[in-house]
Amino acid sequence: MNSSTKTDASRAVEALFDDRELLALKRAAALKRRNRSEKRFRWAGRLSITFGMACVLFLFTDIISKGIGAFTQTYVDVEITFDQDQLGLTPQSTELEIKAASFGSFFKKALREQYPEVTERKEKRQLYALFSSDMPLILRNMVIANPALMGTTQTVSMIADDDFDTYYKHSYGRDQDEGDQIGRLSDLQESVVDSLVKSGAVVTKFNTILFTNSTSSEPELAGIKGAVIGSILTLLVTLALSFPIAVATAIYLEEFAPTNKLTDFIEVNINNLAAVPSVIFGLLGLAIFINFFGMPRSVPLIGGFVLTLMTLPTIIISSRAAIKAVPPSIREAAYGMGASKMQTVLHHVLPLAMPGMLTGTIIGMAQALGETAPLLMIGMVAFIVDTPTGITDPATVLPVQIYLWSDSPERMFVEKTSAAIMVLLAFLIFMNGFAVWLRKRLERRW
Amino acid sequence: MKNILLGFAAVAMTANISTAAARDSISVVGSSTVYPFATVVAERFGKATDFKAPKVESTGSGGGLKLFCRGVGVATPDITNASRRIKSSEFEQCQENGVKEIIEVLIGYDGIVLANTKGSDPMALSRKDIYMALAKLVPGPDGKLIENPHKTWKDVNSALPASKIEVLGPPPTSGTRDAFAELALEGGARQVADIDALYKMKADQVDEIQVMVGKLGVEAAWAAALQSKGSKAKGKDVVKIIGRSVREDGAYIEAGENDNLIVNKLVANSNALGIFGFSFLDQNSDKVQGSTIDGEEPSFDAIANGEYKVSRPLYFYVKKAHIGTVPGIQEFLNMFVSEDTIGPDGYLIDKGLIPLDDDSYADMADSARALNKLNL
Repeated sequence: MNSSTKTDASRAVEALFDDRELLALKRAAALKRRNRSEKRFRWAGRLSITFGMACVLFLFTDIISKGIGAFTQTYVDVEITFDQDQLGLTPQSTELEIKAASFGSFFKKALREQYPEVTERKEKRQLYALFSSDMPLILRNMVIANPALMGTTQTVSMIADDDFDTYYKHSYGRDQDEGDQIGRLSDLQESVVDSLVKSGAVVTKFNTILFTNSTSSEPELAGIKGAVIGSILTLLVTLALSFPIAVATAIYLEEFAPTNKLTDFIEVNINNLAAVPSVIFGLLGLAIFINFFGMPRSVPLIGGFVLTLMTLPTIIISSRAAIKAVPPSIREAAYGMGASKMQTVLHHVLPLAMPGMLTGTIIGMAQALGETAPLLMIGMVAFIVDTPTGITDPATVLPVQIYLWSDSPERMFVEKTSAAIMVLLAFLIFMNGFAVWLRKRLERRW
Repeated sequence: MKNILLGFAAVAMTANISTAAARDSISVVGSSTVYPFATVVAERFGKATDFKAPKVESTGSGGGLKLFCRGVGVATPDITNASRRIKSSEFEQCQENGVKEIIEVLIGYDGIVLANTKGSDPMALSRKDIYMALAKLVPGPDGKLIENPHKTWKDVNSALPASKIEVLGPPPTSGTRDAFAELALEGGARQVADIDALYKMKADQVDEIQVMVGKLGVEAAWAAALQSKGSKAKGKDVVKIIGRSVREDGAYIEAGENDNLIVNKLVANSNALGIFGFSFLDQNSDKVQGSTIDGEEPSFDAIANGEYKVSRPLYFYVKKAHIGTVPGIQEFLNMFVSEDTIGPDGYLIDKGLIPLDDDSYADMADSARALNKLNL
């Protein structure tokens, strides 16, 4: 098109069309741009979710692949003759006599008889080291439970030592280059294991030890019973203290308290308290309960006190939200029927707010269950073999047990650490699931 | 509401009862290095006797002694473990707070190793190499100490490989780090003639110290020593400051207190060396290998007979006033020092503890059984 040949009028018309076209084009471009940006936004969201899920997946696969082995334990079936002469016991022996008998040397002799070719002192030690150091005690307890065993020959399922167990579960029978093997068994020990496996004596069973024993310095004997019970006791104290205090606080602040500077100040402080790092509460607990009141260290009672301080703000805030969500019409109806303020609150508002309060409480408890930092300060990070029986017995909790095991040199503790993490996660998922279920079930819509 | 109040009352009551009642289990605190050994004995003690198994906390040597020296009474621990000897300042603190009689028990030794992953070549180091590679200040070309310029092991000693200096070790709060700095770094520093000369100068040789400080160019360290010790400052104090400071330019990487983590990082990085206790090397001998130091491999025997130089003593301390108050302390002490436990074939030896030689074992066990108190 040659512009110099055109009249003014046609130019104006063209310009008009140009403008319109341009406008339509511009609109189309803007729409495209907006669509594109929306698409980008969606993709960013999807990517974030994928990233988050990938992290969780990675964490879970790592923990499960490491920890799954801890749910089985290697046992060796060995025939043991309870020799009356050697132990100096008869089926009629009393418990005291059995306790005094030397089962340690009896056990060693029984092993030596199985492997007469092992004569050197060093090699004998290696042979004994294949089995858990608790075996003499277990044999003794078998006889105490049933003295009639004396003089008979029994097939005893012996607990394999941690090195044996790790080797058998992860390395045995796999092609490996020299120096590439897992574990630290000597050649002699490996040949013993080999012959035991070939004779069919080695079996892996579900590891009940993990759930029926408390911690131990021998990895094959270590379990989480003590820690789980310690966690339960600590949480019971926490629940018994934090729930009533938090609910009372929430009700008072929502329903009764006058709005003035003081209540504002309290409100701000409760919100701030929720953001305080948990280790601070541990320091507070150490200073107040242990140093000032002289209460004992490492007991669930103090652990519960400290965790109460930590969970209170969480429960108060969620309880207040639950009370706020009760519509004013309910209160007005109650007043209309002549109910007093307290009757209104206790008979009408509280039951309706309860699901929200309970959800908040469970979330707070789940938080408390996973906490280690404040407990470090009050001495609950400790090696405690005896299972606690009350809130004033020394105890430790599940996350602390995980922390302590992760720091242990023995290889088998890596497995046990991951297994304990799986148990802790199961508890947390259960508690959160319960909170969701409770909310779904009890929730009311107005 | 009434129930809640009753609940509170019940909790308050139990709290009171527990404070009033005496403790029935032994409370052990202290070093994280001794912790794995103490737990084994505690567990066996609980199983073998009618006493409750002692409770063992890992608080670090310094933290343990602080708790231990707080005073006498069931709220304070009965025993503390330490991966070094009690300091005179800590001993005085104990005395001031009424902890007059302390029984000291030396249970054995722990070696500190520098290890790398099995796939790479083993390193043969001297303490001087370690000092030159990891200290903050090392002798420059003119003999004055300068900021550590060494990038590769070859820079330190031409016999070593040309790989980057990369050492993973514990943070300053760790007893392992203290011992490593004292034994390996300061020990290596003293192999430099001028530094060793300075080390031997007494507090009254101020002029000579000043000349040597000038020659080495470490006026700042001398000033710091003067400030903390006053006129009692010796050449040794200056060497402590310059010998034990670790370089901070990334060649020494603080890998946290968890030794398992260091082992895992070594496997992932074949160039890196890691610092940890002998028991971790022993347990992970299929993954990592120890470097020789001054020609000695970190083996059980070499540490036990003192040929491997980077090793430290492990102690525990017992509060004598608690014997008889808390049940089982004396029995626990006797079990800990028995031949079965820490003798040359004891079960702690299987766990990686390096035993005492026969004579010092016999002396120590006698003294511990007789409850002889420590004098510093």
